[in-house]
Order: sequence, then structure tokens, then C-alpha cells
Amino acid sequence: MSNSPSTAPPGGIDYVAVEESPRFVELKTKHRSFVWPLTVVFLVWYFVYVLLSSFATDFMATRVSGDITVGLLLGLGQFVTTFGITMWYVWYANHRLDPIAAEIRDDLERQEGGA
Amino acid sequence: MTSPLDAVKTAIDTVENDPILNISIFGAFVAVTLFIVIRASRNNKTAADYYAAGRSFTGPQNGFAISGDYLSAASFLGICGAIAVNGYDGFLYSIGFLVAWLVALLLVAELMRNTGKFTMADVLSFRLKQTPVRMAAAITTLAVCFFYLLAQMAGAGGLVSLLLGIHEQIGQSIVVAVVGVLMIVYVLIGGMKGTTWVQIVKAFLLIGGALVMTIWVLAINGFSINTLLESAVATSISDPADAILGPGLQYGKNPWDFISLAIALVFGTAGLPHVLMRFYTVPTAKEARRSVVWAIWLIGIFYLLTLVLGYGAAALVGPETIKNAPGGVNSAAPLLALALGGPFLLGFISAVAFATILAVVAGLTITAAASFAHDIYANVVKKGAVPPDGEVKVARRTVVVIGILAIIGGIGVQNQNVAFLVALAFAVAASANLPTIIYSLFWRRFTTRGAVWSMYGGLAAAIVLIVLSPVFWGTETSVFKNTGTAIWPLNNPGIISIPLGFFLGWLGSVVSRSDEDPRKAAEMEVRSLTGHGAEKAVVH
Repeated sequence: MSNSPSTAPPGGIDYVAVEESPRFVELKTKHRSFVWPLTVVFLVWYFVYVLLSSFATDFMATRVSGDITVGLLLGLGQFVTTFGITMWYVWYANHRLDPIAAEIRDDLERQEGGA
Repeated sequence: MTSPLDAVKTAIDTVENDPILNISIFGAFVAVTLFIVIRASRNNKTAADYYAAGRSFTGPQNGFAISGDYLSAASFLGICGAIAVNGYDGFLYSIGFLVAWLVALLLVAELMRNTGKFTMADVLSFRLKQTPVRMAAAITTLAVCFFYLLAQMAGAGGLVSLLLGIHEQIGQSIVVAVVGVLMIVYVLIGGMKGTTWVQIVKAFLLIGGALVMTIWVLAINGFSINTLLESAVATSISDPADAILGPGLQYGKNPWDFISLAIALVFGTAGLPHVLMRFYTVPTAKEARRSVVWAIWLIGIFYLLTLVLGYGAAALVGPETIKNAPGGVNSAAPLLALALGGPFLLGFISAVAFATILAVVAGLTITAAASFAHDIYANVVKKGAVPPDGEVKVARRTVVVIGILAIIGGIGVQNQNVAFLVALAFAVAASANLPTIIYSLFWRRFTTRGAVWSMYGGLAAAIVLIVLSPVFWGTETSVFKNTGTAIWPLNNPGIISIPLGFFLGWLGSVVSRSDEDPRKAAEMEVRSLTGHGAEKAVVH
């Protein structure tokens, strides 16, 4: 940490300016507009499943084929969606978020090195 | 189908199992892990080495360690047993533990890794006032660790009577003490690196053992889930027999109780301090993401295995036999192992169950010690003016103190009903920790007052509601048996305390007069998303 003039706060980087830069705004928007809707979706789906298991027990105990019940299939569905969301997020983060984050990070490191 | 059943019956009636064999297998595990811990301890010099294993683990390694930390004896033995006896409801319970990881993956892991150093408080105090926020975060961390630790130590006593055939109070106390001493040794010598390796080895054995048993069970049932379910229904003691295929046997009496528990599970995981601390053992946010992905796959697959094992235990051992066994429902998995592979497999699974307790208590202890030494001692008491090795020295002393407290506590609560402690740990993590973590990462106008209100409020609400609940009063299984009446009707406080934690965080922030430093907030946001200036791996 170096003492710095008013334009560059401690650390040599004006973080407020970085935060307002279009690249960072893009990164932030892409991150939040992906994770929050997805969070709402999986939470709603999970609590629908929990509420069905709590109050619609007859429906959940309905047999689909043999001893396989609706509840068992919906429960396994929770596993499928959890694995699916995980893979989707990893793909999205690797392809859409990481490149921008790396670009900004390199830029900041250059600023710090050159300051 | 009759021969394994007979084998189990004879085993239970006569020898139960072979303690010498169990102890030898367990001894082998201890010897191997001690060797690893001692090897891992060579480079434990700095605080980053001791608390965060030099940030040198890879994503997959950390994913295994997270699974090792998370799949406690309660989740292995408890869920298998719950499925074996109550069928579907046990499965329902396990799903909350898995889905919760999406909160950690999407909202917490990477941003935490980018902004913190060792503890949860590092992230929370980044742009808020150091002293009050660190103190509050350290108190909630210590509370969660203490509740969880006590539950694990108490569980150790119960496991002993089941697996080693030791039924005397004194014998059980000795084993609890052995577990405590081993844990102190692991954490003292190995630090985070040693602890992590113990968890990796344990997760590997646990998931491997469960996989072998699952394939075995499926082979007996012609690799058909339907045949497995049919044989489980055939031995079912519920009324009607096929009730185990649908929900209601365990949570049917009071659905709101389960809903409250489900909320605590899904929001609690990403606020568990010993899980959060694991994100600092990897070099980058990308590796933190990979660790959570590995953890989700491993934990998910493990719960799918427990589904087969649970119904398998119902089919091959029978719920009646399981309920009457010394360890009650917890004995489902060990008895299934005995039915399948005889005393050797039983010994192996028993040793894995012990290893599970050891690994989980070690992880909790290093988290609690880090929080005390790093947050309370170094940053609150000494205001950051500590010599480089001073903090680690305090952390090591804390480990010994926590170990001794855990042994005394573990012996003290033996034969008490302390199952509620795990639920309480999750409820506190969800009510006190998660709201502050989410707010400080995502909400610019979050203030110190909001953080402090949310943490103390969430913690107090969770504890007060538990004390007023049927866990303590009025029922056959209460702490005070058949005494008084519960003011709060549910066993789990989550449904009230979690929204309250979020509400207090918001309220405290909007009534704060002074805003926090906007430059700090900007810095935190930039760092959390880009990883700029994040703690690097230690190069030796």
C-alpha cells in the first residue's frame, strides 16, 4: 500500500472508476443476471417438492410403474436438476465470465505494476 | 434371501460383531492418516500454511475434502437408517443436503475465495468496521462449531457401543477421549493440510465402501430398483407395508417441522464455517468453483447410494431387526455390511464411520481455532499487531483447549438426546451467517449495524426458539422428559430465525445514519468478481 494522490486511492487503483467501467458493469450484470434467477428457480423447485412431500402425500405415493412412485421420480429429479444447474453454471462461468474477469484482472495488475 | 438374514440374526444374537477386527481396521486407518499428517506437516510455517494449507490443494482434492467434511456420521448412518425404517422420508431429508450446495456454488464460494484470507469474518469485515463485525462473526462461528462438535463427540460414544461392543459408560468415555486426543494430534501437527488429507482419505473410503455395497445390493436384486423396492416392501413393518414408498412416515405428524428443517438445510450449508474455510485451501476462485462442482457430484452420488443402501438394509436386514439392534436406526448400514460381506466388511464400514467422526471433528476444530486466533486474538484484541508466528501459536493452543472441551463435553452428554445439535448448527449458520455473507457480497448499502444485528439476532433467535421447543419440553424424547409444555411448537427454529436474520440485516442497514466507505465497497466488488489481489498460493 503506497500513499497516493487523490485521484488514485490506497493501492494505486481507483476502484470506484473500475467499478463504473463498462467492462466491469458487463461482468457484474452477466454474473448477477445468471446466478440470481437460477437461484430463485432451484429454490422454488425445491420448496415445491418439499411442500408436495409434506401436504400431497397421496399424490407423491402414486405408483408410476411397479413400485416406482411419483415422489421417487420427483426426488431423483432434484438430483438431475442439481447436477444440470452445476454443469450449466460451470460452462457459463468458464465461457462468459472468466474471460472478462481475466481481462480486467490483467488490466489492474498492469496498472499496479506501472503505478 | 434367507441366508444373509439368518447370518445377521445369529450375529446379533451371539457375538454381535468382532471388536478385535474392528479395532485393527480402525487402527490401520489411524496409522495411515497419522503418517500422512506427519508428512504433510513439514511445510507448516506461516498462518497461510497452517489455516489454509498454503492454498495448495487442487479443486478435485478440495472437493473430496469438502465431501469428507460434509458427509458426517449423522448423514451416513442416520440417512441409511432413516430410509431403512421410514423409507421415502429418509430420502427426502437427504435431498436438502444436496440442493443446498447450489447456494454455495452460485452465490458464495468464488466470491468468498476472492475477498477473504482465512475466515468468514475476513469477508464480512472487508468493507465494514473490523472490531464489531469480526467479534460477531467469530461468536457465531464458534457457536456453530461448538454445537456441531458436541453432536459429533456424543455420536462417537453411541457408535462405540454399536461397533465395538463396548457398552459400559467408562469404556465409551475412554473411546471419546481417544477420538479427542487423535483429533488434537491431527490438527496440532498437520494443520489444515493434515486435516484435509484425513478428509480426502476418509471421503474416498466412505464413498468407495458405499459404492461396493450398493453394487452388491443391486446384484442381489438383479440390478432392478423395482425388485429392490419390492423386497423392501415385503419386509416392511409399516402400515400399510408400501407406505415406505411415499412420504409421511417420519415427518407426516407435523409437516411444518420438516419444512422448517428443509429451510435450515438449504440455507445453512453455505453458512457453515468449516465448509467456508475450505474455499481458502485452493489457489484461485476457479479452483474453488471446481471444488464445489466435485463436492456436488460426490455428495449427490453418495446420497443416491444411500437410497439403495437404505432400502437394501430394509430388504436384507429388516426394519424390525434394525430397530432392535444396539444402535437403533444408526445400525442399518453396519448391519447391511455384515449381511453382505460378513465381519470383515462390517469392520471396514465401522472403521469408516469412526474415521468420519475423526475427520469432521478435526475440520471443526481447526475452523474454531482459526476463528479464535485470527479474528478474536489477532484482529480484535491485538488490533492486527501480532508477530508473524504469534497467531499460529495462539491457534495451536486453542486447538488443545477446544480438544479438551470437546472430550469433556462429549463424555458429559453421553446417553443424552443431542440429535438436535446438528439441526441447531445448521439453523444458526443459516440465520446468522448466510444473511450477512449474502448481503455483504451483493448489497451495496449493507452496513456494520445491519451485519451485527443480523448475526446476533439470528443466533439468539435460533437458540431461544430451540430452548422453547419440544426438543427441551414436554415430550418423551425431550431434554426435560415429559416436563412442562413447549411454547414454540416446532423442533427446528429455521422458519422464523432465518427470515428474521435477513430482516434484521436489512433493518439495521436502513436505520444506519452513516454509510460505509464507498471506495472500500467498490474495491470489494471489483475484487470479488475479478479475483484481483486475491490471496495467492504459498510457494515452497
